[in-house]
Amino acid sequence: MPQSTQLHRRLASLFSGHWVSPVVFLILWEAGSRLGLIPKSTLAAPSAVIGTLVEMLTTGELPDNLWVSFLRVAAGLVIGLSIGIALALAAGLSRQGEAAIDPIMQIKRTIPTLALTPLFIVWFGIGETPKVALIAFASIFPVYLNLYSGIRGVDVRLIEGARSFGLSKAEVIWHVILPGALPSLLVGLRYSLSVSILVLVVAEQINASAGLGYLVNNARDFMRTDIIVVCLLVYAALGLGADGLVRLIERRALAWRPSLAEG
Amino acid sequence: MLAETNFTAAFPVAEPVVRLRDFTRSFGANTVIDGLNLSIAPGEFVALLGRSGGGKTTLLRTLAGLDSVGGQDVRIPTSRAVVFQDSRLLPWKKVWRNVALGLKGPGVRERAEAALNEVGLGHRIDAWPLTLSGGEAQRVALARALVREPKLLLLDEPFAALDALTRIKMHALVLELWRVHRPAILMVTHDVDEAVALADRILVLDAGRIVAEEHITVQRGERGDVGRVLRQRLLGHLGCEVTSEHVVSAVDVGASIVPFPQGASA
Repeated sequence: MPQSTQLHRRLASLFSGHWVSPVVFLILWEAGSRLGLIPKSTLAAPSAVIGTLVEMLTTGELPDNLWVSFLRVAAGLVIGLSIGIALALAAGLSRQGEAAIDPIMQIKRTIPTLALTPLFIVWFGIGETPKVALIAFASIFPVYLNLYSGIRGVDVRLIEGARSFGLSKAEVIWHVILPGALPSLLVGLRYSLSVSILVLVVAEQINASAGLGYLVNNARDFMRTDIIVVCLLVYAALGLGADGLVRLIERRALAWRPSLAEG
Repeated sequence: MLAETNFTAAFPVAEPVVRLRDFTRSFGANTVIDGLNLSIAPGEFVALLGRSGGGKTTLLRTLAGLDSVGGQDVRIPTSRAVVFQDSRLLPWKKVWRNVALGLKGPGVRERAEAALNEVGLGHRIDAWPLTLSGGEAQRVALARALVREPKLLLLDEPFAALDALTRIKMHALVLELWRVHRPAILMVTHDVDEAVALADRILVLDAGRIVAEEHITVQRGERGDVGRVLRQRLLGHLGCEVTSEHVVSAVDVGASIVPFPQGASA
């Protein structure tokens, strides 16, 4: 029967999709919890996690703490990105700037930001400042490195072409170099965003009284694995959201790219 | 019109748009241009042939004002434009913004549109450069050069990357635009046939010196016979020996060869 083979084929393609293994994993996890193979203190069941998520949303516990964390990341990113972009422009557009800035940035690159946490606590105490400062410090480098190499990597033939039409240095920077470095800047922005979330997780372990990190710490003390998993989900969602944001910017700003420029 | 052009080419009475006197350029110990003299009359179409490494690119960069000349006697017009082998359109600017690059004042889009219409690409005014074919991109590059109404148009192997059919169409287009706008043209090429088909005057550059100069008096489109002879002579100058049974006197076919004396301006 052709109909049954068609159905068969459809079922076969349905079960070869990428969603199958995660769903099987969730089912096994849930079953393991219900059968008592996975104790609640080790890992809460998916159904319990969803219940806790709904509860935390309705009580406002999650949105409130998420907002606190969001403000920390936003403040850190604004500072870090501004400094990174300013340094990259200075180093990329002038030889003196390069000589002055790039060696220091390369040295800084070898120090893992999180290793600076103790020093930042000594300097800035245990309030909001060290948290924002760590995020800012960590997000400088990806955007600096990518924008700097993007500026240096702009096709010299395009620069020469523009110069041959009598464009001034400022006009060449505005019409050729900056738009040419924009794709690299966006790559740097994407890295900076994900680094900032990574640093957020650690920074919020420093004596926080609100925020996602505070929720996680609290949940650890009470062995509430369901809350911990909820927070992990939120971190994942933040990462996805940040990536989606950069993609959106890319789609608008890089509309000229061949993959997007059809028609 | 053609006779007039040839007259100015052979005896440049008008003030030349380009004049280089005893121009030398070297990179370290390597002398690329060696005591070169060159004049180009207004509206003259000059082709520059030469082997790679013979100094063609360096000469073109000098005429384009891209390299500093270090106080030597070099006169180039302020209004000049270059069309490179690769179109060098900025991929992040739409076609008309590329054409209008660096133009100021009102009606910039209209000027760009007029130039694009001239090269037959008015309908692509809002396209992204990366969606253009190679031939279209070169036509946009031509429009971008001509919208500036240059006194000197420099063409750096502009058709080398195009297929044969597109190249023939581009030859016709360049000649048409040249007749309308009358810029002096210096076209760098290594295609001897292209030089013979388009130019009033052909220069052969080798080791930083002009080693031969050919004036063509025969009308474009009727250069078949002259072309064959000229072609072989030019190939000879380029160090490519061709043996032929049809050795026709240059005088018979209307082409004249003038040995290029160093120190005299053409």
